[in-house]
Amino acid sequence: MRSAQRTGGQVLQLLHDTGHALFMLVEATLFIRNVFGKRSRGEVITQLFITGIKSLAVITVVALFTGMILALQTGLELRRYGQEVYIGSAVAVSVIREMGPFMTGLIIAASVGSAIAAQLGTMAVSEEIAALEVMSINPNRFLVMPRLVALAVMMPILTVYTNILGILGGAIVGETQLGVSVQAYMDNATEFATNKDLYVGLLKAFIFGIIITTVSCHQGLMTTEGAVGVGQATRRSVILSFLIILIVGYMITRLFYI
Amino acid sequence: MIRFENVTKVLGGNAVLDNISFEVGEGETFVIVGLSGAGKSVTLKHMIRLMQADAGNIVIEGEIINDLGRKALRELRAKFGVLFQGAALLQWMTVHENIALPLRELTHTPEDEILRLVDEKLELLGLADAGAKYPSDISGGMQKRAGLARAIIMSPKIILYDEPTSGLDPVTSRRIDDLIVNMRKKLGITSVVVTHDLHSALSIGSRIMMLHHGKIVENATPEGFIRSKDATVQSFLESQYITRKGKWEEFSHE
Ligand SMILES: Nc1ncnc2c1ncn2[C@@H]1O[C@H](COP(=O)(O)OP(=O)(O)OP(=O)(O)O)[C@@H](O)[C@H]1O
Ligand SMILES: [Mg+2]
Repeated sequence: MRSAQRTGGQVLQLLHDTGHALFMLVEATLFIRNVFGKRSRGEVITQLFITGIKSLAVITVVALFTGMILALQTGLELRRYGQEVYIGSAVAVSVIREMGPFMTGLIIAASVGSAIAAQLGTMAVSEEIAALEVMSINPNRFLVMPRLVALAVMMPILTVYTNILGILGGAIVGETQLGVSVQAYMDNATEFATNKDLYVGLLKAFIFGIIITTVSCHQGLMTTEGAVGVGQATRRSVILSFLIILIVGYMITRLFYI
Repeated sequence: MIRFENVTKVLGGNAVLDNISFEVGEGETFVIVGLSGAGKSVTLKHMIRLMQADAGNIVIEGEIINDLGRKALRELRAKFGVLFQGAALLQWMTVHENIALPLRELTHTPEDEILRLVDEKLELLGLADAGAKYPSDISGGMQKRAGLARAIIMSPKIILYDEPTSGLDPVTSRRIDDLIVNMRKKLGITSVVVTHDLHSALSIGSRIMMLHHGKIVENATPEGFIRSKDATVQSFLESQYITRKGKWEEFSHE
């Protein structure tokens, strides 16, 4: 009985938090009409810059090596049948459809998302958010909206970058390890990868960007209890983003490919 | 101006405010004292609806604020300037930008006018050299003063000060006291000051209220406060070397 009550309480809390987060998202979205206004422009550009630059190094390394690993794994298998040239399509399709947006999402959630949660969390516990509220400066416009725009814009762009590097990584392995010329690799890749793959991948990236902002801003703004709370908010924002990205990524794939 | 009517607030299972009632008149400098955790900051937060009472009413200028809508809440908060206990400056903005923030975000004041107003406040609070610095690069006392500058930049009717002088040297503390007094004398501003510093409380306050375990144990003029018979008040006074006669006593520490 007691535990049933507790579970009930937790479910209610979860619903309440989700509602809260969605409300924040809707309000921040409505404020996007001010994105070029003189009050928001500067912050939006700053956030775009931070999002784009902060994770570029990690993304580069991860994307290249993922492409290389994919090519090597499938290439060794395909070589048994003398079909090495198909690594082109194997790498390109899986990177563009799934791996690109997914890896970019995870990396951005872990780097940019966690930083957002930590920053807003610190602001919450040092009463900076309260100060904004007293000054009637809406945190959803002032803090959430610029981050939302930055992530929604940068996620697809970074995903394109991930895709290119992933495919490049595959080409390097093809050329050096498997004896597949870059030309043959690219021909094979373009033959099988479709525009639809690209668009669905970019749609995913865009939605992941919104998910990451919503989760990390919400976790940050809800923070209580000092430095410990900031740590918890940061950790929770990363875990939650990962989970939601996985689930939503799966649902989008199902929606478009079944 | 500000009235609490049987206000109760429970936080973490404790009644932090336990059925308290008091009133702050227009133009008063109302001082709230009490030990750490007594509920002083919580009391201030109720005035601006950063916290909501579990029971009882809070009335500001004749209006019950418990259930205000968005617009009314904005109007309510526009009456207040608030100095938070930790100053609450935005860390990624310079002191100057922090003080200018309400003007930039909420008004259409031209930029040169903003610069003039901010410089004036910096000057007033002895921060003329700190404008271009970031909050993390200045001392705690300077952060407090910058927070105060931000609180008064919109010329509010009521200013809430949460420990304006804690962590400040005695000379600067007295300057802040003078500032609070001047705000009332020159501009007729109503102030609510939370402080641990009894000397400052006695010199600036028109009334002093002491909170203890969520209850009001004293609410009196400074003279009345010193003469209070309440044991909590007495020990609080004695802890700062002030006795009932209102004179500094020589306390020896052997
Ligand atoms: N958001 C909150 N959630 C739970 N408990 C809280 C919250 N805010 C304050 N409290 C509790 O309420 C009590 C009063 O807190 P308050 O901050 O008003 O104290 P204070 O009188 O301002 O003390 P100090 O002089 O240390 O600032 C404390 O016991 C505190 O732990
Ligand atoms: Mg306090």
